[in-house]
Amino acid sequence: MKTSLNTAQAMRFNRQILMPDFDIDRQELLLNSHALMVGVGGLGCAAAQYLAAAGIGQLTLADDDNVEMTNLQRQILHRECDVGTAKVASAKQALHELNSECQVHTLLSRVDDNTDKTLLADIDIIVDCSDNLATRRFLNNLSLTYSLPLVCGAAIRSEGQLTSFIPGADSPCYACLCSLFGEQQLSCVESGILSPIVGIIGTMQALETIKILTDFGDNLVGKLLVFDGKRGDWQRFLLPKRPDCQTCGNKL
Amino acid sequence: MIQIKLFASLRESIGTSSLNLEYAGENTVADVAHELVERGANWRLLEERDVLCAVNQTLCGKDAKINDGDEIAFFPPVTGG
Repeated sequence: MKTSLNTAQAMRFNRQILMPDFDIDRQELLLNSHALMVGVGGLGCAAAQYLAAAGIGQLTLADDDNVEMTNLQRQILHRECDVGTAKVASAKQALHELNSECQVHTLLSRVDDNTDKTLLADIDIIVDCSDNLATRRFLNNLSLTYSLPLVCGAAIRSEGQLTSFIPGADSPCYACLCSLFGEQQLSCVESGILSPIVGIIGTMQALETIKILTDFGDNLVGKLLVFDGKRGDWQRFLLPKRPDCQTCGNKL
Repeated sequence: MIQIKLFASLRESIGTSSLNLEYAGENTVADVAHELVERGANWRLLEERDVLCAVNQTLCGKDAKINDGDEIAFFPPVTGG
């Protein structure tokens, strides 16, 4: 059942509602939306806090890691006192302090074959804030199987990339992209990451998620944004659907 | 003339962001990459490492056909987070 904005919420989100092309209708769409956020590291912390602040109704956070001291440099929902506790618990607490009306659910595990798929029945969008290719491929399969939009962000060193997929005739899928490169998997643990880079890409993921959930503006389906932080430079490439893609070609 | 563009850490490792190549009848992106590798050790990254490429701002495989006047971009894939 659709929840309407109450007066306090209309006041709280006034600066968004003030935009004539966003208005109450889109704020209500956001209030009635539920995002599955996979990974509560650098990307996830940035994306989750803007989604909660902007007024998304529900977030499900999935991550099996505990907070480590080396995470605090960039994973900004976790505090020094959270070291050793589950990232999902620490993030939930921080998000609750930010917007107590945002319902935050937690899953202390990776999202993989063992994940209970019934949770997807209530999900409107998947936000891929993961740090590895295996999870990214798995989320792509979930997106296609359950017809859920997928917002993908990735970051390393001083660079990042961003794109979205909406299962359907025209949209490519993550496999259309990753078939263009090999099995190389550099992680932030091995290669390093400059703190604000995950914030920039994660925040862009939050914007993209809001845009897709509320049908606001143009989304990044079929486009890949590439950010070069050393130059402060964004490039935009077209990402076509591969006619022979074994993944989205078979499922659609 | 073909315009070569390099982005992000690939731009930095190779040490240039763009250059023009005289079009010499190369057939595919892979042919161009193979030619660029001759320019020096840094350029070998184009063949040694995973690299994404785009012709005229459209992502493609290295087997994509090219023509005189095309812009070919190379940059690294990113999967971390």
